[in-house]
Amino acid sequence: MEWETVIGLEVHVQLATKTKIFSGASTAFGAEPNTQACAIDLAMPGTLPSPNAEAFRYAVMFGLAIDAEIGKRSVFERKNYFYPDLPKGYQTTQLAEPIVGAGHVDIQLEDGSEKRIRIHHAHLEEDAGKSLHDLSSSIASQGMSGIDLNRAGTPLIEIVTEPDIRNAEEAVAFARKLHSIVTSLGICDGEMSQGSMRFDVNISVRLKGEEEFGTRTETKNLNSFKFMEKCIHQEVERQIDVLEDGGTITQETRLYDGETHTARAMRSKEEANDYRYFPCPDLLPVILTDDYIEDLRQSLPELPDARKQRFQQDYGLSSYDAGVLGSDAATAHYFESCATAASDAKLAANWVMGEISARLNAEEISISHAKVSAEQLAGLISRIKDQTISNKIAKQVFEAMWAGEGDADSIIDTKGLKQVSDSGAIEKLVDDVIANNPQQVENYRKADDAKRPKMLGFFVGQIMKASKGQANPQQVNKVLLDKLNA
Amino acid sequence: MHKLSIAELSRNLKNKVFSSVEATRHFLERSKKLNPEFNAYITLTEEQALAEAAEADKRLAAGDDNVLCGVPIAHKDIFCTNGVRTSCGSRMLDNFIPPYDATVVANYRAAGAVMLGKTNMDEFAMGSSNETSWYGKVRNPWAPNCVPGGSSGGSAAVVAAMMAPGATATDTGGSIRQPAALCGITGLKPTYGRVSRWGMIAFASSLDQGGVMARSAEDAAILLNAMASYDSKDSTCINEPVPDYTATLHNKLEGLRIGLPEEYFGEGLHPEIQAAVEDAIKILEKRGASIKKISLPHSHLAVPAYYVIAPAECSANLSRFDGVRYGHRCEDPKDLMDLFKRSRGEGFGEEVKRRILVGTYALSAGYYDAYYRKAQQVRRLIKQDFDEAFNDVDVILGPTAPTPAFEFGAKGNDPVAMYLEDIYTIATNLAGLPGMSIPCGLVDNKPVGLQLIGQAWDEARLLNVANEFQHHSDFHTWTPGGLA
Repeated sequence: MEWETVIGLEVHVQLATKTKIFSGASTAFGAEPNTQACAIDLAMPGTLPSPNAEAFRYAVMFGLAIDAEIGKRSVFERKNYFYPDLPKGYQTTQLAEPIVGAGHVDIQLEDGSEKRIRIHHAHLEEDAGKSLHDLSSSIASQGMSGIDLNRAGTPLIEIVTEPDIRNAEEAVAFARKLHSIVTSLGICDGEMSQGSMRFDVNISVRLKGEEEFGTRTETKNLNSFKFMEKCIHQEVERQIDVLEDGGTITQETRLYDGETHTARAMRSKEEANDYRYFPCPDLLPVILTDDYIEDLRQSLPELPDARKQRFQQDYGLSSYDAGVLGSDAATAHYFESCATAASDAKLAANWVMGEISARLNAEEISISHAKVSAEQLAGLISRIKDQTISNKIAKQVFEAMWAGEGDADSIIDTKGLKQVSDSGAIEKLVDDVIANNPQQVENYRKADDAKRPKMLGFFVGQIMKASKGQANPQQVNKVLLDKLNA
Repeated sequence: MHKLSIAELSRNLKNKVFSSVEATRHFLERSKKLNPEFNAYITLTEEQALAEAAEADKRLAAGDDNVLCGVPIAHKDIFCTNGVRTSCGSRMLDNFIPPYDATVVANYRAAGAVMLGKTNMDEFAMGSSNETSWYGKVRNPWAPNCVPGGSSGGSAAVVAAMMAPGATATDTGGSIRQPAALCGITGLKPTYGRVSRWGMIAFASSLDQGGVMARSAEDAAILLNAMASYDSKDSTCINEPVPDYTATLHNKLEGLRIGLPEEYFGEGLHPEIQAAVEDAIKILEKRGASIKKISLPHSHLAVPAYYVIAPAECSANLSRFDGVRYGHRCEDPKDLMDLFKRSRGEGFGEEVKRRILVGTYALSAGYYDAYYRKAQQVRRLIKQDFDEAFNDVDVILGPTAPTPAFEFGAKGNDPVAMYLEDIYTIATNLAGLPGMSIPCGLVDNKPVGLQLIGQAWDEARLLNVANEFQHHSDFHTWTPGGLA
């Protein structure tokens, strides 16, 4: 039997506003628990929400970026359920009249083809707080849980796709593209590990050619591309196994555990809450004027697709390189700063996609936390260009820079890594190697032209080793050839 | 001194006839003496009141010209008061001390008014008799075996018994006007959005409105001047200029068009109340007002629509009381559900639970359209009724409540009978309009009220009509027998 997977995503994107969606408390990440929760966030009696205009601006920017209809009238509703980290006992969200209507995001697949993923709508809402169950303190030993309300009231947009996604690769491509759009717009910091973007994945399978959708499950709260990919593979496999064994899929909500990389059923449809949505009487409908929307449209920052095109044109980058470097605003900015300062886009592109990207991946940090700044990297590239150091030495210098030992120039200086271009010194190196390897010299001289370049490598290697990599390779080549052919 | 109006107290304070500390001490002493009998205050804030009075005396000495500077008043225990327990009449909040002031409280503080204490009320403002308070029933100063009305029964009793010259109150379906009527005082519920709801503990957000209680329209105008303000902390508060409500109190009523809705004079209205209202109308006619019979055809739907919308909103508004962050928490919860269930089960009284259940039901999947959506449609029709009526008249007039104060327990087993207490007041809240109740006589030796309903933002006209009425009648000066 051939199966087809159908996937729809719900993506929660934390908006990078300074304050919360309905209060003046800070949204900064990582503060001591409950130090960024004011009376409104705590749902103290008598407190009322005041909408944050910035959150609306960000949501509209997103809508414009995905070519969506903007809800000129949007209405907040209350979604009612009890949970200790939901202080009001309801979440203020949007349902019938969201701020962003239908739109689309185009993704590029590995074979280079494009696919359009339709967005059903996107709505503004507030985040809940966090329940802390694994406390090391005495509270946990008493069987109690902690609650941190710093996150309560952080503005989110929830983006809901149509069921247009067919496999994990498309899902990840979509998620990356979304990440790229929201960071380019500057409406989200894109810090996945801090929960700035979280995915709920609706998955079902059906026999190829079938019209009807299969029964779906929803796996909640995946906060990395990797987890999402793993989760989809696992869940699709699980569903196919169940169906092929003659079973049926239960409509349920599942929770993915990032530690064990397994998901488990959280609640079935029967246990699902009746959220009793109704329009929030504390908040009036928000009406946006055409002027407001047009002004935002005019002032939208460069989006990833446009940037990719520009990178190809202005810097002569390949489609692939331009796509990678243009994907998120921070990477693009880093690359452009470096390319400009070093006056060499190709080298800058290679370094950003090579060493920098490798270090960021290894340390699981984002480019905004790179330990070598774009300007510092440009300094290193300049030394490669003016042949002060070779590519190989440059990597050594880069390691030191990353370790915080200073700028390229000072590291080259203090470590004495400057390339040796002094012809006398190089001649001596070449002479020594020739003198120490008479057999190889003889072999070389007897060999025909076709074999010689390969044999030359041996001598170059010996010389570079003797110079600790610092000899100018071009000069070494030249002197060596002269002497061998003499 | 307690017989003086707010206007008179203010003049005496300005003229140094007595100090704010003296006035405050007088009302505190009177309150301490009378409160055990009427149970109108939940909390008397004696120490703080005297400190505020001393502060006000300094301001007065420095020439502060605010009318309310140094005048003692009482706040309904629904308004959050910084550092002072705000219970909302509920066991749930018996231990709740807010770290902030309601905007209304802050406004009075800024004006220099002195807070005497927090008044008793139906639990979470749900009730028309003040019998649902966790702190016990309030007795009507006119008839101690009768209810004072509700939910602002404490504020009404405090003013009627002259334990304070004025008090704040709130009105969701009649909670200012009905107790004002039953206690023989003047009460004003402003237009929805006139007074900030920040710090006012919510019952039904789209209906709740803060307002004032006093012994005359003039005093009510003075109190409203300080209470009304635009407040960006309340999104439903509307940025409409606040006029000086005392400036137009004495406008002549010649040419005033008064509408009498036939639906407010039908079955269920006590005949003697009808007679009192008709006599009151004659007084206004004498001042030059013309009378027109009108119809508000959807009036009979107001109570049913209200008892869907208000409980629906309250069912969500009261979800925050879960025992997690503040308020009542049950002993030794076994698990999370036990914590929620027992904290709420113990913290809330019968009527509050009834309304949460009704509201939860009305919003449930499959019932939303039949109840909540339909009720909202009815609400629009009721608003239209008023809009059309106000094409022909300036003010609508009728009784405030169908009966005078009733005995405790008289409607205890019949929630619907209790809900009908607000049959004439509820439509005003659904339409967001200002409404007033002023005394217009006694029935069975108990006061009855005349209700005035105005167009949105027309509080000044209501106060003008009420003031002119009071200038040509003396019902508002009558005080409960036995209370010197």
